[in-house]
Amino acid sequence: MKKVLESSVTKKIISLSLTFVIVQILIYVNIINSYLQATLATICINIILAVSLNLITGFTGQFSLGHAGFMSIGAYVCAIITMRMSTIQGFILGVLLGAIAAAIVGFLVGLPTLRLQGDYLAIATLGMSEIIRVIFLNMKITNGAAGLSPIPQFVNWPWLFVFTAGTVLLISNFLKSSHGRACISIREDEIAAEAMGINATKYKVIAFTVGAFCAGIAGAVYASYFYFIKPDLFGFLKSIDVLVIVVLGGLGSISGSILAAILLSLISTYLQSFAELRMVLYALILIIIMIFRPQGLMGSKEISLSMFNNLGNRLTFKKGRT
Amino acid sequence: MPILSIKKLTKSFGGLMAVSNVNIEMEKGELIGLIGPNGAGKTTVFNLLTGIYEPSSGTITFYKDGVGKEIQGLKPHAICKEGVARTFQNIRLFKDLTVLDNVRIAMHKNVKYGLLSSFLHLPSYYREEKEIVEKCIELLKVFNLEHKKNEYAKNLPYGEQRRLEIVRAMATDPKLLLLDEPAAGMNPAESQKLTELIAWLRKEFDLSILLIEHDMSVVMKICERIYVLDHGMVIANGAPEEIKSNRRVIEAYLGEDVNNA
Ligand SMILES: Nc1ncnc2c1ncn2[C@@H]1O[C@H](COP(=O)(O)OP(=O)(O)OP(=O)(O)O)[C@@H](O)[C@H]1O
Ligand SMILES: [Mg+2]
Repeated sequence: MKKVLESSVTKKIISLSLTFVIVQILIYVNIINSYLQATLATICINIILAVSLNLITGFTGQFSLGHAGFMSIGAYVCAIITMRMSTIQGFILGVLLGAIAAAIVGFLVGLPTLRLQGDYLAIATLGMSEIIRVIFLNMKITNGAAGLSPIPQFVNWPWLFVFTAGTVLLISNFLKSSHGRACISIREDEIAAEAMGINATKYKVIAFTVGAFCAGIAGAVYASYFYFIKPDLFGFLKSIDVLVIVVLGGLGSISGSILAAILLSLISTYLQSFAELRMVLYALILIIIMIFRPQGLMGSKEISLSMFNNLGNRLTFKKGRT
Repeated sequence: MPILSIKKLTKSFGGLMAVSNVNIEMEKGELIGLIGPNGAGKTTVFNLLTGIYEPSSGTITFYKDGVGKEIQGLKPHAICKEGVARTFQNIRLFKDLTVLDNVRIAMHKNVKYGLLSSFLHLPSYYREEKEIVEKCIELLKVFNLEHKKNEYAKNLPYGEQRRLEIVRAMATDPKLLLLDEPAAGMNPAESQKLTELIAWLRKEFDLSILLIEHDMSVVMKICERIYVLDHGMVIANGAPEEIKSNRRVIEAYLGEDVNNA
């Protein structure tokens, strides 16, 4: 019995189900009211975006500024499909096709651009996401600058949970595999990685494609929850927003990204009442954190349950001695 | 049976001929030394052999079971998959990863489970990951680094970092191992031990080894043949005794190192 409880899979299942049930109860008793539910959705969407960008930038070391572009593809594909097929099947199809479309674009863009290094890659991905935005701005089916609405709303907490937990689990599983380690080795030293038999281009493209796929999911969830999208929502600033979360949480830390996504979503929600001050305060908080913790909240470490166990052990040990 | 045949290999950087018309022949199972003064072009030969640089001209043929294949111009990962592994003179470990991860990454090319299994952690993932760790531990034991497996590579003392570089190269399961000054920065005792280890490795793992080394005592002791490079050209090759008394080699080295060995 003890062994079962201690296996990491069981621990994961327990902590995930607890999170789900607790939030569900809070919604049920209306502590998380409809206003806070929008914040909850923002948090989940930001977690998906940040964790997937972290895969590309934090773990594989490829500086991308195009995440909003991939997100917009997921959002538009899902919106267009659900507006014509307003059923739960249509929604699932929309999310899936949105993510796949984003992944395909990610793959096609990644193949030539991932040969570029550092700043050049950042500029290329930024350009790509601007091109995508301009395309959506000029297409008929996307309704140009006015955008699409009302998009049928299917996303509720259970869906948010499925997509967020799903993305986090898949990506953290991947990172613990040999393929994930191949990605990390590229960040560490691309020449050494190649010399040890890692096909750097292949794994950069894989990380990029998977990241784009997840950003597509985030976009689809966004469209379906907030029922209104327009090209401006997915501009350069959105990519920067996600990057800020990743850097703040720590490049190379999944739990850091989650923590930072929660923190920044909450901060920007609560600052909404101080419209003018908001951007200033937001920037100030970032600057302060970056001065005192330039490696981000978590560095490249992860929060794990064993950390709490260790803490618990230490506390009980101390008590036992006194 | 040959393992490596380098013909008229040339590499120029702008006007500088770093490697010029180099011919090297290597039999399977040989341990060959590659020596020469600073800037002679030794590391450049390794970079050409492992695909980090593309040759300006010339061919590199690598033999597997007697069947030759030209590898010049292939990508480094492809050359590694052919069975050529190397260490780096200026240590290039994955510094912020653990010792175990450094070795595990080098085993990637033989991993069979696919992407799906890595996302979903299917049974094949657990089975193979367990095997990988066991193999890594075995290799680390050989190099007496097993107790450091959870240490970050950057925290190892210098000599151990050099050894870890060799473990990592061995983890790719090479037929031909290229060692670029593996004893650099080690004290005489460490260097002596490493020398014995290299000689033992070759026998135990049925390897062919090409060794760049500044420490003449190491090269003279374990290599059956030596190539001497100077200004990008091979100026001599032969058994250690012949090299020691070769006039051109003595000139290139100004006499000292060779005579002291
Ligand atoms: N990427 C490069 N670009 C320009 N010149 C280079 C490059 N790599 C090596 N060289 C030059 O080629 C020559 C040979 O260098 P190499 O590193 O191969 O020498 P080496 O024999 O390994 O020397 P050492 O014993 O100091 O390690 C040197 O003059 C070096 O400056
Ligand atoms: Mg050198």
